[in-house]
Amino acid sequence: MPPDPLQLSAVELVHAVRSGDLTAVACTEAFLARIERTNGALNAFLAVDREGALARAAEIDARRRSGEPLGPLAGLPVGVKDALCTADLPTTCASKMLAGYRPPYDAEVVARLRRADAVIVGKTNMDEFAMGGSNENSAFGPVANPWDTSRAPGGSSGGSAACVAADMAPVAIGSDTGGSIRQPAGLCGITGLKPTYGRVSRRGLVAFASSLDQIGPMARSAADCALVLEAIAGHDPGDSTSLRDEVPSYTRALDKPLTGLRIGRVPEHFAAGLDPEVARGVDEAFAVFRQLGATVHDVRLPHAHHGIPTYYLIAPCEASSNLARYDGAHYGYRAEPGKDRDPAAFESPLVEMYCRSRAEGFGPEVKRRIMLGTYALSAGYYDAYYAKALRVRRLIRQDYLDAFQTVDLIGGPVSATAAFPLGEKTGDPLAMYLVDMYTVTANLAGIGGISFPCGFTAGGLPIGFQLQGPALAESLLLNATDRFQSLTDWHRRRPPLAV
Amino acid sequence: MSSASPSLSRQDVAKVALLSRLALSERELDHLTGELSKIVGFVSQLADVDTSAVEPLAHPLDAQNVFRDDVVTPSLARESVLRSAPRHDGESFLVPAVLGETGAA
Repeated sequence: MPPDPLQLSAVELVHAVRSGDLTAVACTEAFLARIERTNGALNAFLAVDREGALARAAEIDARRRSGEPLGPLAGLPVGVKDALCTADLPTTCASKMLAGYRPPYDAEVVARLRRADAVIVGKTNMDEFAMGGSNENSAFGPVANPWDTSRAPGGSSGGSAACVAADMAPVAIGSDTGGSIRQPAGLCGITGLKPTYGRVSRRGLVAFASSLDQIGPMARSAADCALVLEAIAGHDPGDSTSLRDEVPSYTRALDKPLTGLRIGRVPEHFAAGLDPEVARGVDEAFAVFRQLGATVHDVRLPHAHHGIPTYYLIAPCEASSNLARYDGAHYGYRAEPGKDRDPAAFESPLVEMYCRSRAEGFGPEVKRRIMLGTYALSAGYYDAYYAKALRVRRLIRQDYLDAFQTVDLIGGPVSATAAFPLGEKTGDPLAMYLVDMYTVTANLAGIGGISFPCGFTAGGLPIGFQLQGPALAESLLLNATDRFQSLTDWHRRRPPLAV
Repeated sequence: MSSASPSLSRQDVAKVALLSRLALSERELDHLTGELSKIVGFVSQLADVDTSAVEPLAHPLDAQNVFRDDVVTPSLARESVLRSAPRHDGESFLVPAVLGETGAA
């Protein structure tokens, strides 16, 4: 009897498809059926490509039967965040601005997934234009956390996190500008990696903040993340910021012993504001790493507490510029001329069309950030806000460079609390901005970080642990997480979803 | 930027809305005046960080400009791009008049 695809890891699934123990069609069917049963309760997918996925799977099976070689992700169902362009599926960025939009090309990561013989099952929900930490800013409704559907999954890659946690796909693709892979991964009890800036091509990722955005894998384990990262990482001439460094074999470095590994612990992370249950889970994770042969050392990141204000200047400034492209002329939403129009209010019909299209197409958080960025970049404020933030950014990066002189990785919490109730922070933008306090600094410094489950609260919610490493330390991040997961089974727990 | 908490007036916010090309409602302007003042007050805490000897960092890596030979490479087909345009005539994007009041597309 063929294995139940929902019970297999991504590594096992690909092996089963390649060896013929499981057909890609059976595998795809199993996950599509799971999506059908579960998506109504979770709203993790904005689009499901049943027909396309099954056709692709059938083609992979046919190639295997005729003895042709298959790619490293053969038959692997993948959910792709709706911020990545797909030529055969709508790409909305969870915004009314892009409702129904069909890009003319695939994002580089999507093209690489297809070349590796992955099966894209659909596009996952997110905060509009990746701006948010709870997935409640989606124009198409929030995502529910599979561990407690009255709570947020985190954001902005909330749909990708929930879809993996609820077994709707073994792996998903997310993007992380200030924590948008790691924070939802932490709140949903899965493993999510934000690679070093430039490790993965951003071509075809709808741009939010171009000096911070990075695409990465979300899965149930470090081993599954390694498999996917190996397929999507690497230089792309279509993204001038993508790194030329060779992509190592992440999968082959996973089982290296951690003997002698130095992990930094930042005492300030455990200051007031960190939930005591989360603090305990994180400290128990440090104990596991000691058991694995690592040593734990106090390190200081003296400017890390400036991370949120720095981020909330730089990211909105870049966003206000990037989102200028939504003008109602080239693609996306265009407002019809209003009946109540006051010609004196706009310098021309064209400007009126711009202003109305953008006002009707963007949601409240996106407008807030465009306004904040435009203000901070406007005449008289540029030096005081934007340039100032760029200077503090250098200090934040320097802290990491100094710390990595004495330790190999830095560990700590992903979020100050476990998953919070839907609606709890929607009325207070600043409270929502603070959910990324432990994650934004990695984006500002351009380094990689991974989050994975390290325990559960008394109420049954996952607690996340984060490791950060120097630039291009993905191998070590995945290796350390894999070793942690060889001693613990937090990552194997499944939410008690009543579906 | 002074350490004193800055405050945005409703006129400031209306001006930023025009610069942002956002036709905001009166209610949105009211809301955003309060919210943006609060957020700008929060980010203004950076004024207290001594950065007198620090250069701005716009990009996390040691970025270099990328050059390529000036040769023609394939680009997207016109139809595939115009397909997504709200209005087009098969060759160009159509938009309302850039000047004055006449000829809205």
